Amino acid sequence: MEIPKSFLGYKRENGRAGTRNHVIILPVDDISNACAEAVANNIKGTIALPHSYGRLQFGADLELHFRTMIGTGSNPNVAAVIVIGIEPKWTKRIVDGIAKTGKPVEGFHIERTGDIGTVMKASKKAQEFVMWASEKQREECPISDLWISVKCGESDTTSGLASNPTVGNLMDKLEPLGVHLCFGETSELTGAEKVCATRGATKEASDKFMKTWSAYNDFILKEATDDLSESQPTAGNIAGGLTTIEEKAFGNFQKIGNCKFVDVLEPAEEPKKGKGLYFMDTSSAAAECVTLQAAAGFNIHLFPTGQGNIVGNPIEPVIKLTANPLTVKSMGEHIDCDVSKILSREINLSEAGDELIKTTLKVANGRLTCAEALGHREFVMTKLYRSA
Amino acid sequence: MSTDIIIHDKKDNVGVVVIEKITPKQDCKCWIMENDSSVNIQSADEIPLGHKIAMIDLKEGDTILKYGHDIGKVVKAIKKGQHVHVHNVKTKKW
Repeated sequence: MEIPKSFLGYKRENGRAGTRNHVIILPVDDISNACAEAVANNIKGTIALPHSYGRLQFGADLELHFRTMIGTGSNPNVAAVIVIGIEPKWTKRIVDGIAKTGKPVEGFHIERTGDIGTVMKASKKAQEFVMWASEKQREECPISDLWISVKCGESDTTSGLASNPTVGNLMDKLEPLGVHLCFGETSELTGAEKVCATRGATKEASDKFMKTWSAYNDFILKEATDDLSESQPTAGNIAGGLTTIEEKAFGNFQKIGNCKFVDVLEPAEEPKKGKGLYFMDTSSAAAECVTLQAAAGFNIHLFPTGQGNIVGNPIEPVIKLTANPLTVKSMGEHIDCDVSKILSREINLSEAGDELIKTTLKVANGRLTCAEALGHREFVMTKLYRSA
Repeated sequence: MSTDIIIHDKKDNVGVVVIEKITPKQDCKCWIMENDSSVNIQSADEIPLGHKIAMIDLKEGDTILKYGHDIGKVVKAIKKGQHVHVHNVKTKKW
């Protein structure tokens, strides 16, 4: 198949391109959720991103909170942002971070005004932003403007046999065209960590990966009361035939094809070394991982599943694929790309990879994903440790 | 072309059932992805889609190989054709 060289995206002020044109209402902290949701309810076409944290955090955990907030607002799938926090200082820090992209952003704080007054002021600005954004048109963008993140979930053995290698095939075909790619899931590479480390493009990248994985493993060994057999693999994984974390890890690892990773990113860190594949240190919980990847600037997500994970994200479209014919039959409304014919050997991996490229471009051009049509907007902050 | 079981690598001692289920004493066709070759095996158990079958006799302490890599240890002897899962295999990690 000849791969299209372009897609129709929204060109942003900083040179990036979006696959979506959202106007978001971003609460700085948990207690500003009600206000953000009220604004999104008032002003049609905007979306609120409620979450659970943002108070009394400190150190690396607080830095991650800001990085996730600023990164989410800065993502090219977002046209404009309203930031609402309880107090002005942290609100301003997030507004200033997002403003560096050149996109419209305005902050509001609730103290000394109350919810009702803040909702009124923020709604007026949100209306202005959404009407401005609605005039934006899709334009032809080079395929290298796609930043593709990947994460698998509710995996089973069909993931390792077919849907994850399909993503790997897509990576092998799109990487030479200059796209950015990202995989994560530090914990779910356990058992395959040494093989994964050999896929660093440089010794520095390989060493950084092993350091990241070892830090995670040390934490698990310190905190685990018995072993992780109740969590890894999950009950869904086991029902699908996965027996051990090592088996899950080697299946997971199929997603990167033959690509080598150029760098290892902190959670929600924006890649800075140009095109190519990056590893990000993330949780393996679906919504946490996708939220971090979206905050790093990735604008389209591929999510292979076995037993049928249904996750979505408010700003980054999440494309589901599966090779499990029972999942296609019983949960078809969640599946954007069916590659189950690999198992019956009616199609080969390269043909499946081509199908996934076609689906990815359709979604990049504006076709809704199943998760978008079904209203999945899971936005989950990663918290590193307890608050002060 | 029809395949009941797929094996990732020629070194693997387990295969994955890719039809809805296989029944005891079923003669199954296996496809080895790595070198595009075929082998046959008779099943000993009923095994559902996505679950693993032992391609050889395995004794306690043996290593299970899948993708050509170590994915865990045998904790209860397994006969060729039997179901391989959490009842007879454990991780080596924890």
